[in-house]
Amino acid sequence: MSKKDLATGPFNLLSFARAVADGEIEVVDLSHTLAPDFPTIVMPPELGQCAPFRMEEISRYDGRGPAWYWNNISMGEHTGTHFDAPIHWVSGKDLPDASVDAIPASSFIAPACVIDASRQSAADPDFVLTIADVEAWETRHGRIPPRNWVLLRTDWSKRSGRDFVNLGEDGSHSPGPGPNVMRWLAEERDIHGFGTETIGTDAGQAFHFNPPYPAHYYMHGKGRYGLQCLTNLDRLPPTGAVILAAPLKIRKGSGSPLRVLALVLKKEVQARESWTR
Amino acid sequence: MTEPLVRPKRKNPLKKTREPLLPQAARSRTALGLTAAAAEGRFQLQICADCAAVIYPPRDACPRCLSPRIPFKDARNDGVLLAETTIRASTDVYFRERVPWRIGVVQLDSGPTVVAHLHGGVREGERVKLEFKLDKSGQAVAVALPPTEALNMEADLQWRELTCDPKYRRVLVTDGRGPVGQAMARAMSDAEASIVFVGVADPWKPFPGEAALGKIPRVEIVPLDVTDTTSIEDIAGEIGPRVDILINTAEHVRAGGVIERKSLAVAREEMEIRYFGLTRLAQSFGAILRARGADGVNSAAAFVNLLSIYALANWPAYGAFSATEAACLSAAQSIRTELREGGIKVVNVFSGPLDTEWYQTVPPPRVTPVALASAVLNALRRGLEDVFVGDVAEDIRARLSVNPKAVERELGS
Repeated sequence: MSKKDLATGPFNLLSFARAVADGEIEVVDLSHTLAPDFPTIVMPPELGQCAPFRMEEISRYDGRGPAWYWNNISMGEHTGTHFDAPIHWVSGKDLPDASVDAIPASSFIAPACVIDASRQSAADPDFVLTIADVEAWETRHGRIPPRNWVLLRTDWSKRSGRDFVNLGEDGSHSPGPGPNVMRWLAEERDIHGFGTETIGTDAGQAFHFNPPYPAHYYMHGKGRYGLQCLTNLDRLPPTGAVILAAPLKIRKGSGSPLRVLALVLKKEVQARESWTR
Repeated sequence: MTEPLVRPKRKNPLKKTREPLLPQAARSRTALGLTAAAAEGRFQLQICADCAAVIYPPRDACPRCLSPRIPFKDARNDGVLLAETTIRASTDVYFRERVPWRIGVVQLDSGPTVVAHLHGGVREGERVKLEFKLDKSGQAVAVALPPTEALNMEADLQWRELTCDPKYRRVLVTDGRGPVGQAMARAMSDAEASIVFVGVADPWKPFPGEAALGKIPRVEIVPLDVTDTTSIEDIAGEIGPRVDILINTAEHVRAGGVIERKSLAVAREEMEIRYFGLTRLAQSFGAILRARGADGVNSAAAFVNLLSIYALANWPAYGAFSATEAACLSAAQSIRTELREGGIKVVNVFSGPLDTEWYQTVPPPRVTPVALASAVLNALRRGLEDVFVGDVAEDIRARLSVNPKAVERELGS
């Protein structure tokens, strides 16, 4: 598409805006509500902890501020639905543009391939995604193009509380990618980032993988991104959705809670929903 | 003999809740020596350092030899009830709604005679023991009790006015995730509290003792996270008017001084859980506790703080933690005054290192959660305000009264 086409061609930015307004392009909210009771990742208690979301009222049309309502909020960078920047992980610490304030703004818009592992995850909370699983997906939907988000649908977002974190004596049990597939997605498919419905981009037991936390290790080592605690992935088509995921511009920030939106052509939503049914 | 306490009937919702009233609170500065002793459950009188006279009421000079050296000291408390009477009418609004009220004159074996409130179990001419208790206005008053523990002694209504017995009261234990909260819940249930609400934060995280906690009779688990204002406001909205005794068991013990900690992350957690947690509890439960201070046999009665003894003197090995505890102590003193209007006791229970995981490297003696819980129960039953549990707490308390500077240097060595 030439520059002229974008401005005045049959499909331009204005017609895009109109399609959003008309609902021809559906905007799917992939974010959870930021709330105090949403679980945060659990570290051993002697280690540093991610602060949960908290809200303190400044005033509510009262003596503290007669005509207005507002709050002070606090949370960790990795609380709720959030974005991981490369600097979050030791493997990405020396890369350029690795913190949320330095990432090019164009990186906040990218298409997504959605791999459905909800059936496997329902059968096994420790389901580990492999290269074979992704190759099977590619035979049906085509090769994953470069700079695409890969989003792992597990339907984990439909769980809540105890079932969501699923802690046992030996830690959390939730699905995620294995080391080989993450290395392969980074090196062979050049993906934009990896996104999940679980509390982190890695599996609950990923501390025991080699390397530990492979999604973090390989994505951030290559200067790419992570999204976690996503929801509504079941409303996305396997390909064709465009993800808007712009973290807060925090100086030297390692990540940020954010609103993640997916743009999907309406007919694809409908096709997906009828297929799911 | 006293009639057993009867489980109070459900409140008639058409009746106005009685507003709390207080007995006379004015005391001379010297007389506050009795209050200090009563707060800890000690029986002290002024004893002349020169002529050994035992003095009551409190004075500024010895009535026998005029010596000004008359410190408060532990004294014997046995005597005889010389005379008694029953007040049936009073112009004092507090006593007016509590008559008939028995008072009498006790001749102490050590010399002085004392006008005292009378427990239902004592009779004129009989042996009694005298205690100083804190009344609803927070000041010391003398009470004559049977010399030995009698049946249903705690059920006496005059006595119940001076104590915070959890029997038939509803207790909120704010944090049941740890061994202290669990021991507390068990102790309150065993003491026949009618409901023991137990707060659990992060219900999505399993915790040791969870199944056993849920099985304690009359325990009701409620979602409560002292770091989350919304959660406290929600639960206070739900159960606030049914909480008679609040026991804050939320703790956060981490070793380390102020300098050696990198960043404020841990210090903030300490303050969030302890100081701000206490503040949130006071803001959400304080007003309703205060309003229900005279709400019948199971009136609101107490707000209990578990504090480290290092709130009084910093232990640099746990230096930042000690500082947080000191902040909590200071807040508790303010809350004590703020709740006094309702006749609610703020009970500060100080202990040394506990026999829990976060004091793993500290050598004994350490206070077990069960011992701490029974100390709290004892304090509530006796109406105490300042409690020192275990050898370490008692030792530091004693040394502080002699030479605080020495305590500072020794804790730092």
